[in-house]
Amino acid sequence: MGLLSRLKEIFTGSQQASEKKPEAVADIKRPVTASKPAKKPEDVKVEQKQDGKNKEDKPVVNKITVGHVHMSGCTGCLVSLADNYAGLFKILDDYADLVYCLTLADVRHIPEMDVALVEGSVCLQDECSVREIKETREKAKVVVALGGCAAYGNITRFCRGGQWNQPQQESFVPIGDLIDVDLYLPSCPPGAEAIRNVCVMAYLLLQGNDDQKALAAAYLKPLMDLAKRGTEACGCDLMVDVINQGLCMGCGTCAASCPVRAITIEYGRPNINRDMCIKCGACYAQCPRSFFNFDVMNQFEGITEAIDGAMGKGGQ
Amino acid sequence: MVLGNYKTALSARSTDADILKCSQDGGVVTQLFAYALEEGIIDGAIVAGPGDEPFKPEPVVAMSKEELLAARGTRYTISPNMKLIKEATRSYGLDKVGIVGTPCQMQALRKAQLYPMGMRSVPDKIALAIGIFCMENFPYQGLETIVEDHCNVKMESAVKMDIGKGKFTVYTERGAVSQIPLKETHKYEQPGCHVCLDYVANLSDISTGSVGSPDGWSTVFVRTKKGDDIWSKAITAGCFETKDIASVKPGLDLVTKLATGKIDKNKKTLEERATFGVGKGLRNPYI
Repeated sequence: MGLLSRLKEIFTGSQQASEKKPEAVADIKRPVTASKPAKKPEDVKVEQKQDGKNKEDKPVVNKITVGHVHMSGCTGCLVSLADNYAGLFKILDDYADLVYCLTLADVRHIPEMDVALVEGSVCLQDECSVREIKETREKAKVVVALGGCAAYGNITRFCRGGQWNQPQQESFVPIGDLIDVDLYLPSCPPGAEAIRNVCVMAYLLLQGNDDQKALAAAYLKPLMDLAKRGTEACGCDLMVDVINQGLCMGCGTCAASCPVRAITIEYGRPNINRDMCIKCGACYAQCPRSFFNFDVMNQFEGITEAIDGAMGKGGQ
Repeated sequence: MVLGNYKTALSARSTDADILKCSQDGGVVTQLFAYALEEGIIDGAIVAGPGDEPFKPEPVVAMSKEELLAARGTRYTISPNMKLIKEATRSYGLDKVGIVGTPCQMQALRKAQLYPMGMRSVPDKIALAIGIFCMENFPYQGLETIVEDHCNVKMESAVKMDIGKGKFTVYTERGAVSQIPLKETHKYEQPGCHVCLDYVANLSDISTGSVGSPDGWSTVFVRTKKGDDIWSKAITAGCFETKDIASVKPGLDLVTKLATGKIDKNKKTLEERATFGVGKGLRNPYI
């Protein structure tokens, strides 16, 4: 946490304490502290932040706790979280404490936390990874498979071992093959804004008032359904679950979402170069005909404003 | 709710003779993008540009009025405009993107903004999303069959196609007009359109289409704050002639009637899909 505060100082300058209070913000209201019993010690710890000048003008006691658990992944998903730039600081200032993150927080063992963002697949031949993913399930209220590797194996599906210096490590499985996963955020990596939105929604789900909880639950449900759908993904999903089901209307979204440009649109339908497909799950998840929840989408303007507000980007 | 949320509904026509010369109806989309481009409201617009075969559109990022003009007019087949949405923000580096699309593409766009898993850099950069009314769409080969086999017109010699008043009409360069009942075209519709529950692009910033307005005019719904802002600026700038929607001929009643018709029909399709097999159904994307 010390490192983060320092980073923040470097990026924003120590005097620029221009963070708007969340109260000033569109729809997202800070719930009353009393409404939430502080269950865990982490809930209160936050008050003792060191950066004197920059201290929030209101002690933030009801943040949620988030951890980043690193399995066999490339750190791209974590970089994507960080790519929210100032938004990341806003999230860490107002909504979530990063209680575990090998790259950014000096914590060695997986603590109790509200949300675990798991990046990477699990190597079956690596005892530590297997133990840690199980521990993550026990310690976290909500486990999020962050990115294609954790959700579907992604390129680690193609591993076959034989590499220096651990040639025996050849079996990599999505975390869903070993533990129950609550929510998937596919793609390689998931867009920075998608991680941001899920963080804000997770906050609302755990700390918001009844309306906010309902909205967050509706928002997160399709991602939870994705987690129930299984641990395999491929560009073929577009054929099997969209075109074969008579649902494709050729909008072109899948082609845009593919991180490796394996999809082109030929005569109004996706054409998948399956040799190039890395099995990240982006195309199917992004397809408007995989899921489309009107109750959430119809509120797109309000939700976008609320998220902008939550991120301190309100106004114009 | 069949017409979605909107702040204003009206009938409009571009005041630019160049745009009107070859536009489908009132030239609303082309005019709005041209104005937004000129004013710096957008850096570029994803539109259905000319493709390598006649009436086969290919999405392009238009960054000049010339490119917009080359894309005007309706082609009754799919232009996968969404495929350029990430390209526009990342490869082209546009900060303010305009996009035109059918209702399903507007749905895809809003999903891309709210759930941008594979849509990095997209959500915050959509400056103007224009939706077009859409009853259903044809695959390119479907359109070809309709025009060449049913209407007896070579695709190469067609200059304009139009759907209205229960007819599918093709105009040729030599002035011949070929018309068939719309009913004959139904079997060539793409199946994915039959589960669509949106006729007037409810999720766009501004949506427009010919239905409801007199010939040469377009019906316009201004829906979001962004859309309202841009629309009122465009009106102030004299981009459009407008008429009160209550005063024009078929008016909103016809729009409502068609929208209700589409939604009811497709809801029924969704119900049928649910029990399509024996104890098994087809997937419902709306959960």
